[in-house]
Amino acid sequence: MNVRSQVSMVFHLDKCIGCHTCSLACKNLWTSRPGAEYMWWNNVETKPGTGYPTLYEDQEQYRGGWEVKGGELRLKLNTRARELLNISYNPHLPALDDYYEPWTYTYGDLIDAPLQEDQPVFTPISLVTGKEMEIEAGPNWDDDLGGSGIYAANDPNLKSLSDEEKERLLDVERIVYFYLPRICNHCANPSCVAACPAGAIYKRGEDGIVLVSQEKCMGWRMCVSGCPYKKVYYNWETGKSEKCILCYPRLETGQAPACMHSCVGRIRYLGLLLYDADRIHQTAMRPDHELVDAQREMILDPFDPEVVRQARNDGIGDAVLESARNSPVFKYVKKWKIALPLHPEFRTLPMLFYVPPLLPVTGSTNDDGLYESAPDFFSSLESARVPIRYMASLFTAGDEGQVVAVYKKLMAGRLFKRAQTVGDVSTEKAAQILVEAHTTPEEVEEIYQLTSLAGFDERFVIPPFSREAAIGLVQITQTHQEGGGMGFLHEPRRGL
Amino acid sequence: MSWIRDLINPNARTWEEFYRNRWQHDRVVRSTHGVNCTGSCSWMIYVKDGIVTWEMQATDYPKLEAGLPGYEPRGCPRGIVFSWYIYSPLRIKYPYVRGVLLDAWREARSRHADPVEAWTEIMDNAEARRQYQAARGRGGFRRTSWDESLEIVAASLLYTAKKYGPDRVAGFSPIPAMSMLSYAAGSRFLQLFGAPLLSFYDLYADFPPASPETWGEKTDVAESADWYNSKYIVTTGSNLNMTRTPDVHFVAEARNNGSKLVVLSPDFSEVARYADWWIPVHSGMDAAFWMAVDHVILQEFHAARQVPYFVNYLKRFSDSPFLVALDESEKGYTAGRFLRAGRLARYGSVENGDWKFLVFDAKTGEPRMPRGAIGSRWQAQKGRWNLELKDDLDGTDIDPLLTLLENRDAELPVTFSDAANNLTFQRNVPVKYVETADGRIAVTTVYDLLMAQYGIPRGLVGNYPQDYNDSNAPYTPAWQEKFTGISRNTVIQFAREFASTAEKTGGKCTVIVGSGVNHWYHSNLHYRASIAALMLCGCIGVNGGGLNHYTGQEKLVPAASWSTLAMALDWTASPRLQNGPSFHYVHSDQWRYEKGPLEAQPAEGRFARHVMDLQADAVRMGWLPFYPQFDVSPIELVKRAAQEGATTDEEITQWVVTQLKNRRLRLAVEDPDASENWPRVWIIWRANAILSSAKGHEYFLKHYLGVHDNAIADEVAKGSVEDVVWREPTRTGKMDLVVDLNFRMDTSALYSDVVLPSATWYEKNDLNTTDLHSYIHPLGAAVPPCWESKTDWDIFKALSEKVSALSTPHFPAPFRDIVSTPLLHDTPDDLAQPQVKNWYTGECEPVPGKTMPHLTVVERDYANLHHRFCSLGPRLKEEGVEDRGVHIPVADLYDRFAASAPAYEWGDRTYPSLVDALDAASMVLYFAPETNGEVAYRAFQSRERETGLKLVDLAEDNRGVRYDFEALKAQPRRILTSPCWSGITNGGRPYTAYCQNTERLIPWRTLTGRQHLYLDHEGYLAFGENLPTFKPRITLEASLNLVNSVREGKSIVLNCLTPHGKWHIHSTYSDDLRMLTLSRGIEPFWLNDKDAVEIGVEDNDWIEAYNDNGVIVTRAVVSARIPTGLGFFYHAPERTIAFPKSPMRKNRRGGGTNSITRLRLKPVLMVGGYAQHCYRFNDYGPAASDRDTYVIVRRLPGKPKW
Repeated sequence: MNVRSQVSMVFHLDKCIGCHTCSLACKNLWTSRPGAEYMWWNNVETKPGTGYPTLYEDQEQYRGGWEVKGGELRLKLNTRARELLNISYNPHLPALDDYYEPWTYTYGDLIDAPLQEDQPVFTPISLVTGKEMEIEAGPNWDDDLGGSGIYAANDPNLKSLSDEEKERLLDVERIVYFYLPRICNHCANPSCVAACPAGAIYKRGEDGIVLVSQEKCMGWRMCVSGCPYKKVYYNWETGKSEKCILCYPRLETGQAPACMHSCVGRIRYLGLLLYDADRIHQTAMRPDHELVDAQREMILDPFDPEVVRQARNDGIGDAVLESARNSPVFKYVKKWKIALPLHPEFRTLPMLFYVPPLLPVTGSTNDDGLYESAPDFFSSLESARVPIRYMASLFTAGDEGQVVAVYKKLMAGRLFKRAQTVGDVSTEKAAQILVEAHTTPEEVEEIYQLTSLAGFDERFVIPPFSREAAIGLVQITQTHQEGGGMGFLHEPRRGL
Repeated sequence: MSWIRDLINPNARTWEEFYRNRWQHDRVVRSTHGVNCTGSCSWMIYVKDGIVTWEMQATDYPKLEAGLPGYEPRGCPRGIVFSWYIYSPLRIKYPYVRGVLLDAWREARSRHADPVEAWTEIMDNAEARRQYQAARGRGGFRRTSWDESLEIVAASLLYTAKKYGPDRVAGFSPIPAMSMLSYAAGSRFLQLFGAPLLSFYDLYADFPPASPETWGEKTDVAESADWYNSKYIVTTGSNLNMTRTPDVHFVAEARNNGSKLVVLSPDFSEVARYADWWIPVHSGMDAAFWMAVDHVILQEFHAARQVPYFVNYLKRFSDSPFLVALDESEKGYTAGRFLRAGRLARYGSVENGDWKFLVFDAKTGEPRMPRGAIGSRWQAQKGRWNLELKDDLDGTDIDPLLTLLENRDAELPVTFSDAANNLTFQRNVPVKYVETADGRIAVTTVYDLLMAQYGIPRGLVGNYPQDYNDSNAPYTPAWQEKFTGISRNTVIQFAREFASTAEKTGGKCTVIVGSGVNHWYHSNLHYRASIAALMLCGCIGVNGGGLNHYTGQEKLVPAASWSTLAMALDWTASPRLQNGPSFHYVHSDQWRYEKGPLEAQPAEGRFARHVMDLQADAVRMGWLPFYPQFDVSPIELVKRAAQEGATTDEEITQWVVTQLKNRRLRLAVEDPDASENWPRVWIIWRANAILSSAKGHEYFLKHYLGVHDNAIADEVAKGSVEDVVWREPTRTGKMDLVVDLNFRMDTSALYSDVVLPSATWYEKNDLNTTDLHSYIHPLGAAVPPCWESKTDWDIFKALSEKVSALSTPHFPAPFRDIVSTPLLHDTPDDLAQPQVKNWYTGECEPVPGKTMPHLTVVERDYANLHHRFCSLGPRLKEEGVEDRGVHIPVADLYDRFAASAPAYEWGDRTYPSLVDALDAASMVLYFAPETNGEVAYRAFQSRERETGLKLVDLAEDNRGVRYDFEALKAQPRRILTSPCWSGITNGGRPYTAYCQNTERLIPWRTLTGRQHLYLDHEGYLAFGENLPTFKPRITLEASLNLVNSVREGKSIVLNCLTPHGKWHIHSTYSDDLRMLTLSRGIEPFWLNDKDAVEIGVEDNDWIEAYNDNGVIVTRAVVSARIPTGLGFFYHAPERTIAFPKSPMRKNRRGGGTNSITRLRLKPVLMVGGYAQHCYRFNDYGPAASDRDTYVIVRRLPGKPKW
């Protein structure tokens, strides 16, 4: 056992309202700069939809992530040997059109317009070329099923569905969508790190944050190809790649990342997970349908005395362990098993997990052409608007049983609370449903508390970062306090 | 796995400083966004190097009671990008005047030392005036100085006041709650000047007329945390996730606590996907669904089985048991008016007997008069206005009968109407006979009328439905199918779940309703049908229950003190307050495009006239305000009266009344196109008055501004208006000067003559409140006003100084002005008109404040206007503060306040200063019951005197609490319980409306003192809206939308809806780069994929959508989420965004959402002088609507041209 601690995340999709406040908090802080405009370290996608960059989930096209071939785990992009041979050749990069051409407008045309025949307007110009342009794509182009016949209909996750099922998804009786907010997964087995020929990408030991060193990056962009989530971006102004930094300057000062702080749907949770680094390789090698369970096994129980002992041996302090025990992420992922990784079949062991959304019950059109809702009181498995297979394609590498288990627990919890707070569901029926969902009144009560009532400090349990010690490794901490560490970017120089 | 390794060498990680430095900042200040979104989110503004870098949500809201989710964080994608505006190329940094006008001004000014004379010269030159008017909206701005721009404005104001009267100046600013001091700055200036202020809430169609109809209150709702207490949440016309972004988590959290969410919406909206049930009711047909729900509830929970909780609730808190007279005519019986207690021998001598009402008492078997009616509110003997079920005469207990079914003397066939099918039907109703001063009459209860209206037979004969499957009988589940497209089974199941949840929880069902329902012409009926369901199940005045209407940030919490400041009541009584819809309907000549009477009006009687005539009637009878008042300046009028010997105020008033009666003086509304009756100067601030607030925008362009417009509708009112003067040719360019205060070049600024740079929300100190939570927030200045901008407070202060300085030759001394104001709610005017009588037609005498408007002579002092603006006047001390009829004495508090406030001296006296906005903030917070516990305590004392109830305990715990501005900046503070509102917030309890009524027995401010299911005003009887009913949306034919518009090529006619959008708050943020990037770079037009195929449109193609009012040119979003037959163009993007020109309209620029609308006023909502049907600014009157709109959509031919 080799215990590592990782700052990890849960996104509760049932609560996500697709507002994109997260994306904009991030944009404001980090990527409003030239060359970074098209970077959305955090973005929110409508599902079904093609995502950003378009069709990024289709690894037949992009070759991101890992594959098991010949009993070996290797980058899907190519082997390391081939990479070194073809270092200047990278055929699987998304092009500008797969993202979008960032633009602004001739805003000044309003105040500065001379007297003219008709009312002035401002028109779009490219931020890349500075020329007039037609807007044909954007970072959130299919929001709320915009262009559903083109985008929703071509969601790669629909491949497992029959043509009839696909078509029905856009009929009034079944139509559905939900949101998938995405940031870097800060994977335990990051393919971007593996793909980087310059060794510029690393996973921080203390918190698992994956960073691209802005000193070392040579701009090869192998990371962009290698990441199956397309969460590394190439800054065309600086010639270096950049990605989500999980707001480490905020984390290090006890503040939640900006996207999480600003999450007004209160869907996001952040906390530590302990995991066994010795198991990364064997976990990533498991067959598709075992991946979710295997990753859960790799994640360790901070209450287990054996884990605690080893963690101390591996340099993890008491305060950090305490934080791991209070971690909401640990509860959702390991204890309750209702948060799932996105596309585990990419085998990067993403350390960001999703609670799948509950969706409205279906309807039907009766003989008179009238809409009739299915009679289920709440969302139910039987009359779900979206096939379980679709969710399984997203979150369990196709294992429908895992998805069903999560939904059963979520639905049982609601019925239990209904019985408790209204009483139009009998306690006997509620008890029975809990048993069928393999849960208990205590567990669903705990889930409810964290889902519905958790305040800021319960949603974001940030470990102490011991910055004084970290800085002390480079410089005497007090020297840093009194000296240039406090933000001198340019040192004063004398004379000419 | 050799390449996955931890980086050991710390020196290799020193580069991490790169991002740490990016995060560094120098200062963090609390502020919020003064935009009409109802969010009222607390934000922290980050400043670095004197520049605002970004904003992040505050998370330090004090918690409510245990067991509720918290409020943090609040904020949305729009709010978080506000800082972009501050330094953007749209920012207005300097004063601007359009070159054509500036040249004319400078030339005239060079000839005149007196700026007013310079302005006069331009006004006297029709060609010069036309030239600068025609340049409006077409660019050509020139930077100028504050001094020069304010001089132009002040000169035009003084010229107008002198030549026409100050009531020819109009000011518009909406939503005081979003930055109440900035609003107050302008309104205070205007009221000191004597200029009318235009309302917004009704103009925006955000005001729900059903609220005053039912509760005598403009809007009162639960804060969003209380949704969590609801076990059955229904949203209708409210896309919570999109528009209530910071609040909607409470719904998800409630769902996880076992609550059910049902969404009624024609499209699969964001909130629909959040729901358990989505019920796609056809657009504009919601009331049909709810009427059938009510039918099921009445049948199963009231008739077949009685739920004790429901019955008790209706007896105590609704008008259900009150007696209604049945009117007999040749055609049979119809439901008439409430039986007046004073008509009975027993109550013949009670005070205000016409305004007290009767129930049948189960114990005595006699009609009895319970306490709480409006008559007991305004009687000499106080202390009887409460909801105790006691006889107001002798205090004996009353047990009212809900129904006379078991005690009936007879049953009579009563005629009811089905407006949707244009049918009438007869159903028997149980009656009792009562001896009255008018003889023996048949009465029944409201409850029995409801049973008959909804078609619940209860063994009675008549045209009752057989069962739920009777599709011909109105209001059955089968009947509603043809309107809503929803099967009867779904309606029945919904109704059962709704009512049984209420039964099990004591009323914890809520209906969250919004503009998707409220923006229809018949919105009041949609609302009343759902309110009936809530009332029948005892859900109102209960935490977790109630009708929660969230449209527009209308809740200005500290209203009592604020209105003194904002309306300059500390100096002058009788502010000029104008309902916006009427003002624009009349002055922008939209009435001329309407033929009367409309389909929706009665066929005969006093309401069977052109709406414009009814509008004039409403002004004559004091129902609605109207400015300008007369065809003569009100200043001139006082002078004339004096010349004819009228010296006292009373004599002057009487002289004016006589002039009106003899038709020697006319109301301006009777001849609005006469040049002396035009509004002349329009001051716009915190508003987009010419675009997003302009229902019938193209008519604003034509008739107000005199510029090009894209309307092709015919003027058709000629011949169908009777009393109102028809003038030809049509009048264009009525406004002499349009002034806009703005921080960004929005559409209104672009079309204005003078643009003054205002500070943004991060550059000023102000206050902000909302319905959606119970905190009061500051706007804090993170940086000083940028470039040459000033705060609104300082701009109006500077303007007042300029006006005072320029006034000397023209208004050297104080002078008198006569102000006309309508009959007002929450005053004894509630009892003005037991019957409708029009003095104009000789039905009665004109009596100010009774049969016609109040007329008040006030003194104005332009020379000292600036001093008055800057000082807190003595009337506050004398009059106290007032809100909703709660009068609070503050004389000693005024002295205490004066002792610690900065002083302002003028005219040998010292006053508390209002020089700085912070001074004004202190004043508002000090004298409001919601922010000063002592004032709350006194307010409850005042309510105790009125009601005879013990109430001060609600204020005892907080008596010593007082918030000042610094406290608010430190942390959001929760508002205190106040009798000016109806919720109880003590102990962290979430605010919900009408708890004070249900728990403390304070009456609603209505006719009976109860919640009204029945409306007995003659207008409601005439319009067939006395009972809840259903009227479908306006048909294409009746809309007159497509009379002249032709279909060319492949095209389709769609009902065009303009819901609130995702990427803007009205027009604000619609031009923001971030929002445009996350959407589609433009505001697109959404349509269904099958409709798109029909007209050959693919996703992102350019389309034209047009009707007789105007045209929109934009791109299409093709989506299966939108139902066929509907088009969505989300509300109010700036028309300055890259919208191309329209080939269909001579290649002129396409417009915005309001380009396809025209104002339609619903006349029944004009009635006044009758309890809850009484005017109050922003709280009452005919609301605008925009949803009953149709367009032709086609693919744009050729390439788009800009």
